[in-house]
Amino acid sequence: MSINIKNRGVFFAPLLSLMLITLPAMSSSTGYQGPYNFGTAATAADIAKLNIDVMPDGRGLPAGSSNYQKGKAVYAAKCAACHGADLAGVKGTGAAALIGGRGSLASGSPKKTVESYWPYASTVFDYVKRAMPFNAPGSLTDDEVYGAVAYVLGEANIFDKSATLNAKSLAKIEMPNKDGFIPDPRPDVFNYE
Amino acid sequence: MDGNNLDNEYDAATQALIQGMIEAEEKAITRRKKQTSSEQEEEQCECKDGMFPDDVPVTSRRQFLAATATSAAALAVGSAAHAAVPAGAVDYPVQDDPTKVQGRLTNDDGGYGSRSQFESEVRWRFPTATKESSWTMTPLDSGNGIITPSGLHFERHHGGIPNINPAQHTLVVHGMVDAPKKYTMEDLKRFPSVSRFHFIECSGNGLTEWREPTLKTVQGTHGLTSTTEWTGVPLSTILREVGVKEGAAWILAEGADAAVMTRSVPMDKAWDDAMLVYAQNGEAIRPEQGYPLRLLLPGFEGNTHIKWLRRLDISDKPFMTREETSKYTDLLNGGKARQFTLTMEAKSVITFPSGEMKLPRAGFYEISGLAWSGKGHIKRVEVSTDGGVNWQLAELQTPVLPKCHTRFRFPWQWDGKPTILQSRCQDETGYVQPTIKQLVEARGLDGGKYGSIYHLNGIQSWEVAADGGVSNVHKY
Repeated sequence: MSINIKNRGVFFAPLLSLMLITLPAMSSSTGYQGPYNFGTAATAADIAKLNIDVMPDGRGLPAGSSNYQKGKAVYAAKCAACHGADLAGVKGTGAAALIGGRGSLASGSPKKTVESYWPYASTVFDYVKRAMPFNAPGSLTDDEVYGAVAYVLGEANIFDKSATLNAKSLAKIEMPNKDGFIPDPRPDVFNYE
Repeated sequence: MDGNNLDNEYDAATQALIQGMIEAEEKAITRRKKQTSSEQEEEQCECKDGMFPDDVPVTSRRQFLAATATSAAALAVGSAAHAAVPAGAVDYPVQDDPTKVQGRLTNDDGGYGSRSQFESEVRWRFPTATKESSWTMTPLDSGNGIITPSGLHFERHHGGIPNINPAQHTLVVHGMVDAPKKYTMEDLKRFPSVSRFHFIECSGNGLTEWREPTLKTVQGTHGLTSTTEWTGVPLSTILREVGVKEGAAWILAEGADAAVMTRSVPMDKAWDDAMLVYAQNGEAIRPEQGYPLRLLLPGFEGNTHIKWLRRLDISDKPFMTREETSKYTDLLNGGKARQFTLTMEAKSVITFPSGEMKLPRAGFYEISGLAWSGKGHIKRVEVSTDGGVNWQLAELQTPVLPKCHTRFRFPWQWDGKPTILQSRCQDETGYVQPTIKQLVEARGLDGGKYGSIYHLNGIQSWEVAADGGVSNVHKY
């Protein structure tokens, strides 16, 4: 393949100058910035296999549903061994307490739990689905995940114990600490010279 | 433990965390002392070789260890006196006089070398409930220069260390892009590469030290930072390949470990200096550090540098994963928590002399340490040898690189009187490393109640006692 040097220069000059503005740290010495077209197109199936993340507005939540009662059985079978029948966490397992501590964050003895600290219900679904249970991560069906979340949030008095939890109802849940976070204001100490 | 009154000013989980750190360090110190007491009773200084050019001790550490090892090897391999070979070393016979017999055979090590059996520094692990979700500390006290040996790089794992066949590993890039892509490791290595020296520091580095001096060694107080020459592809290259759509602002990075670890990364960081790295100090990245592929975000807190990277999902909003909501957020007094506190601010520490070392007598010492900033290069480091009354410029080892450990050195004549050693650095933004007290004041932690355990970059103080013993103290 032959490259017309003259045309190449004309073609890449504007692109290169753009790169110098936006990417000073990573500009290439050759000036060539691609495209390289390596790799293959990611198919819908490739993406679907991995795309498990769930966002606060409910994007990414799968089909399926459950409720507190069904979730109770899921919790007993898959979660209670580490998180405890009382959801307080079993000592020595490393598993966190899931409920309690509401209103403790400003007390000087904060107790961070799903109930007291987690700002979004979507995060609970996302994390349980991707990484729980600890001894068999990623093994729960979507219905089981909805159930476990319904049970924990039901015990936390955040979600109605008689309601159905699905993609629609989960996205509407407001967690007690939803306004508990602020952006990074640092630097917060000024010894500048 | 003296001086560790962990009352209810910390929550129970944090108290347990700190108590665990104290015990883990204690074990490591005991282990080290056992190792040395049996082998170097005549040792005059447990800390550093060659510190007395004009007053050479009878045996330097290395010479002495070599001498004892000789007799042990002569007895029998595997005898009690010769029991444990340090991790990463091979137990070779030691010659009485290496000039009178041929040495061991060339390349008989299989073609991959190991460190000397006389070098024993190792990481130690925080005793979390599970060994899958845990962390280890880099032995900064024995480090030289700026590079952390790959095998001593600190670790933080959330679901153990996966063992990944690179031939089967892919990176999928999708979301708000024109052309979703799947890359094999072979594909990624075809792109133009860059090599950069950068530190990675865990935001929990120093978490035990907010309220009072708690751990004894610099490995314990500062060992969650390491520096490496990383090689890989600029993330910006990949972003141009897939074509980022208007309105994209965040990228979810996801690992292929059992935690399927995820963090959201701001798009400006991705375009700026983020890299997809596959090499560490000239060879493939170690499994503990993310083999075969890791996201590197220079200057950002350690947990965002997603290891075993398998997916990048580009979106308009942060994903609010467990790690960036419930875990790596900084709860302040008053009940609000700072979120996305991603940058590691300027910090320095004296690594020699440091806690649990002992200076044998008055005289000359070269103070040495590390400084780093997530905002660029270190402009200067000052050292105080009188507890912060006077400050003098330290020499910086060149090249001084941005977002990288910088080694500083300072000549010191110790008069044998008790004193306190400190260092403070300034980075290219003009920011000067604060005292711990200033950080506590600025973050509104009144009444001695501490919420956040993260992002402590205060000045470290080492007290040198009249007998030469060095210990961790707070001094403002």
